[in-house]
Amino acid sequence: MINWIISHLWLIPSVPLAMALAVLSLTNSQQRLAAGLAVAGQVAALLLSLGAFAATLPTPGYRALQNFTWFTFGEQALRLGFVLDPLTAVMLVMITFVSLWIFVFSIGYMAEDAHFTRFFAYLSFFSAAMLGVVIANSLLFLFISWELVGLASYLLIGFWIHKPSAAAAAKKAFITTRIGDIGFFIGMLWLYGRSGTLLFYDGGKGALESAALLSLGPAATWIALLIFCGAAGKSGQFPLHVWLPDAMEGPTPVSALIHAATMVAAGVFLVARVYPLFSLGEIHGVTTSLSVVVWIGVVTALMSALIALAQADIKRILAYSTVSQLGLMMVSLGVGGVAAGIMHLLAHGFFKALLFLGSGSVIHGCHDEQDIRKMGGLRRLMPITFFAYAIGMMALSGVPLFFSGAWTKEEILHATSLWKASHLPHYLMLLGVVLTALYMTRQMIHVFFGPKGGASNHAHESSPVMTMPLVVLATCAIVFSLVLTPAWPWLHSYLSGERPVLNWSLLITPALYVSLALVVIGIGLGVLIYRGGGETDPVERALPQVFRFLENRMWLDELYDWTVLALARFAARLSDFLDRYLWDGLFRLGSTLVGFFGSLTKGFDERAINSGVNEATNWARGLGRGIARGHSGQVQTYLGAIAIAMVALFIFYAWLT
Amino acid sequence: MTPTLQLFLIISAALFCIGLLAALSRRHAIFILIGIEMMLAAAGLNFIAFWRFGPQPAPPTGVLITIFAIAIAAAEAAVGLALVIAVYRRFRTTNIDEIDELRG
Amino acid sequence: MAHLIAGLIFLPILGALFVSVAPRHYARAVALGSNLFTALFALMLWAHFDPTTPGLQMVARHVWIPAIGAELHFGIDGLSLLLVLLTSLVFPFALLAQRMDRGFCALMLVMQASLYGVFTAQNFILWFLFYEMSLIPGFLLIKLWGGAKRDWAATKFFLYTFLGSVAMLLSFLGIYFVRGTFDFAELASLGKLGLLQGNIRWLAFAGIFLGLAVKVPLFPFHTWLPDAYEAAPTGASMVLTGTLSKMGVYGFIRLLLPLFPNEMKVVGSWLLGLAVASIIFASLAAWAQRDLKRMVAYLSINHLGYCMLGLFAVSATSTVPPNEAQAALSGVFLQILNHGITAAALFYFVGLLEQRCGTRGLNDFGGLMQRAPLLCGWMSVAMFSSLGLPGLNGFVGEFLIFKGSFALVAGYSAVAVLGLLITAIVFMRAMQALFSGPLSESCGSTPDLSPLERWTVVPVTLLMFAIGIAPQFVTTIFSSTVAHLAQVLG
Repeated sequence: MINWIISHLWLIPSVPLAMALAVLSLTNSQQRLAAGLAVAGQVAALLLSLGAFAATLPTPGYRALQNFTWFTFGEQALRLGFVLDPLTAVMLVMITFVSLWIFVFSIGYMAEDAHFTRFFAYLSFFSAAMLGVVIANSLLFLFISWELVGLASYLLIGFWIHKPSAAAAAKKAFITTRIGDIGFFIGMLWLYGRSGTLLFYDGGKGALESAALLSLGPAATWIALLIFCGAAGKSGQFPLHVWLPDAMEGPTPVSALIHAATMVAAGVFLVARVYPLFSLGEIHGVTTSLSVVVWIGVVTALMSALIALAQADIKRILAYSTVSQLGLMMVSLGVGGVAAGIMHLLAHGFFKALLFLGSGSVIHGCHDEQDIRKMGGLRRLMPITFFAYAIGMMALSGVPLFFSGAWTKEEILHATSLWKASHLPHYLMLLGVVLTALYMTRQMIHVFFGPKGGASNHAHESSPVMTMPLVVLATCAIVFSLVLTPAWPWLHSYLSGERPVLNWSLLITPALYVSLALVVIGIGLGVLIYRGGGETDPVERALPQVFRFLENRMWLDELYDWTVLALARFAARLSDFLDRYLWDGLFRLGSTLVGFFGSLTKGFDERAINSGVNEATNWARGLGRGIARGHSGQVQTYLGAIAIAMVALFIFYAWLT
Repeated sequence: MTPTLQLFLIISAALFCIGLLAALSRRHAIFILIGIEMMLAAAGLNFIAFWRFGPQPAPPTGVLITIFAIAIAAAEAAVGLALVIAVYRRFRTTNIDEIDELRG
Repeated sequence: MAHLIAGLIFLPILGALFVSVAPRHYARAVALGSNLFTALFALMLWAHFDPTTPGLQMVARHVWIPAIGAELHFGIDGLSLLLVLLTSLVFPFALLAQRMDRGFCALMLVMQASLYGVFTAQNFILWFLFYEMSLIPGFLLIKLWGGAKRDWAATKFFLYTFLGSVAMLLSFLGIYFVRGTFDFAELASLGKLGLLQGNIRWLAFAGIFLGLAVKVPLFPFHTWLPDAYEAAPTGASMVLTGTLSKMGVYGFIRLLLPLFPNEMKVVGSWLLGLAVASIIFASLAAWAQRDLKRMVAYLSINHLGYCMLGLFAVSATSTVPPNEAQAALSGVFLQILNHGITAAALFYFVGLLEQRCGTRGLNDFGGLMQRAPLLCGWMSVAMFSSLGLPGLNGFVGEFLIFKGSFALVAGYSAVAVLGLLITAIVFMRAMQALFSGPLSESCGSTPDLSPLERWTVVPVTLLMFAIGIAPQFVTTIFSSTVAHLAQVLG
């Protein structure tokens, strides 16, 4: 069975894809069937993924390949492939598992939507595309799936297409990620040109294997950075992060899917996948490309954590928190902690899906109100949501010991402290931990504690179909810790291809106290600052300019609008102008000149040549007119003439004889 | 009085002249047509006469030609009458003086 | 099998005759019937085509006018077959795009015949005859059935392209006087050693280049195109962009590159600059357009720019690795087919919108998705195909072009990749303006696709998916031709 799955890896994305097509062909009235098909597809994909995962367990560093020829052109062949290794396996399980619960949640959340079936078709497609990214053994196949992920996000963010803001957000997401993808595309072409293959692993001939890597030389840095552009676009790294908060225009399950299981995970996964390109020629684990990744990650993490402090929309806060956490993952990858970064990605997948679904439940309960200042006191009205959300919040903030996020953060901080290039990222990330705890506390206080806000008066707990996924994901956010602890770092070992060792003495380390202290500071500060509640934010009262700056997302959107976009629009208008007036003008000038020449020759024709011909014609016409005068048109005249002529002929004949 | 060639030729010439005169002087198109028919008949008479008074026995060429000529004359009369009707329809007259379209 | 080609050329002409005597209401049906036969012929051609041989196949060669070196010489290789198939596909699609009367149908069929001639003729005189023959129906279609500004657009279209043709004809006469032949294969075999000597070769080169560059069109000889495509009726726009523009690309591959390989290497960098300018400026100009049809027209220039980039990359580089040349050329061939299908589909949809809403202004639409989800859905497929989304046909060709050209001329290609981004922006903006937001007044009662329209769109769209997912069935057609061509040009 497991062998069968390994040789049919393509089935994993194909099943959801087939379901997407099947659901798309249904009518709107077949809601139950649509949801059933989509969920069944996810369940099937999850089972297949678990089978694939099981296959990788016995051997450390397991890797199974399936390369095939896509098509041939000329005498060349373009080969694609699928790969199954620990990285793929854990991603497969996480994606299918989290997606499954998001699907289930959507059944409740979208129940009243007019385009219910279409929504499930898109969701299935999204999950299929993401699974394609994960199992790709070829940068080209990864890119293809990658773009399909972009398409799916476009369709889902703009799902409520009658809302202009949703359409604009969808457009922004597609274009911003495509800017990154252009870099990715060039990087891919470069890599293809240099190594002659886009397969990652191909029995020693793959692009990520030593022979090809050595032939790359210094180009590897550039290729890696170009590919990182794509990752930055999808994973919302500075300066391409602007689309992610706007993507909140989509329905909440979509936000959960984008921020937890798919899309943003793709960028981090990509860097992890092509890590040999980044680390080529490392000196103590430092390369130029990796340093760029680190610093971009640092900037992203801190900037978005700060912005999250000043947002009022419950989903936007979570969106910036995602951006911040993605920055953290990038830092981890950059400093060499690949396993740590992926572990955090997985853990983040669980608790961020939980938080988004929780926020969806809150929004649903508050009748589509998203402003946290208008909520409050929901703790009693929505108890299940509250507990689940609290678990997600603590996992995200990194409360030690019981929550998965804490262990993975711990691991990342450990990795940053070992980085040889600089210690600054380590300290900045410590600050990031405090900020994370701070903004999450702010959100919790506003939403669940304090007096009831305007929107929470009629709030109610959501239906079981929505709370059940919350409970499951909350359980995961805690239980997942079991494989993360330093005492039994099973996941770390699994990802790095080692055998795990059980050592209880490593469970409590000094670093744990540091984390605990940071989280306590963050939460304590939060409670201290936001305890009072009220309409205006305490930070806004104290530092109005700073707050305004952060609330408006550091004016980055406006900056882009005035610089890059304005320049591009100007270029467009300039091209149009040149086209209309310069290039076409040259042609018109040419035709005018020809026309002028034509009128010159016309004059010559008329005055010199034509006049002679005209004279001759006039003369001939006069002659004709004279002759015509002798014709009466009377038949009898003619007849008479014939008779006379005949008589004359007769006389002439007689005279001759 | 024995019939001689001269007698026939004189009759034929008279007939021809009468026909020509009619064709030239009459104003009604039908009379012009009749004049033309008379000229044709004169020609036919000539053919018969020359054959009859030529060396005998001879193949009946003159008679045959005349029969042809009569057939043609019949056709011509038909065409001519049709023309006359067409002309009448077009110009509402058969007076040949008023029709000078041929002048161009 | 040679008579298949003759049949292909004569059938549409016969069809045109039938159309002109057919009852008015059946004209389009007769034209479509004639297309059924030509499609059958094209498929038979495909079936009898041997994709493993690189040279000409099904050659028919007869004496015609020996005094001027004109021969009736037909034959197909992979490229010709590809274009014949494309023509057989685009024409029925265009005939289904709008109502048309007898004259319109007859002219379309005449144009079809001349296109088959262009893509199969192997002698310059014969080729040129068909090449010019296609111009007349094009002119008349714009002039008689066009929209606003049709007189201006038709005259401009005719004069511009005719000027180019004259320059080309003069160049070929010059070559004939020196070399004494008009046969493509013979001329191509002389190309490597230098077809002409001295400065005269540059004159000949420039003449042929001008003729073809206008036809493609290549920046900055493209200004006739937006006017012509905008003014032309939908069906004519579709064949103009789908097939007529391919005559230029075909000419480049068949004539200019094999005949002047050495000259191409000298001016190659300039030509690459023009190709990149075509890609960038056209896509930027498309962004600035407010008229949907004009926008699609500019994107057409942009997409043909990729073809030119691939061709020039191969012919401008001094030493070309065969694998990169084959990638670039395969990409160009695929792009020819893909652009033919996709651009025709885009014009088709713009035509549908214009019929329904009576406007083409981007800002006059809005909220169409609420009224006509099928129309919007299928139109989006065409748009995504055009912006090069993987899984659809556009991506495969563009990827191969860039794969080949990036390895050969990295700098130009890197700049040209920006065209992909701008195209995406253009389409995203169009989709936002058309489909989303509140329903606009002019689209208030837009009906969704009718059954006929649905059955027109679905096969074409399925083809886009088929080429995007499994392009093998297309690449097989021209694999050996590409390998041969790469050898000739490399």
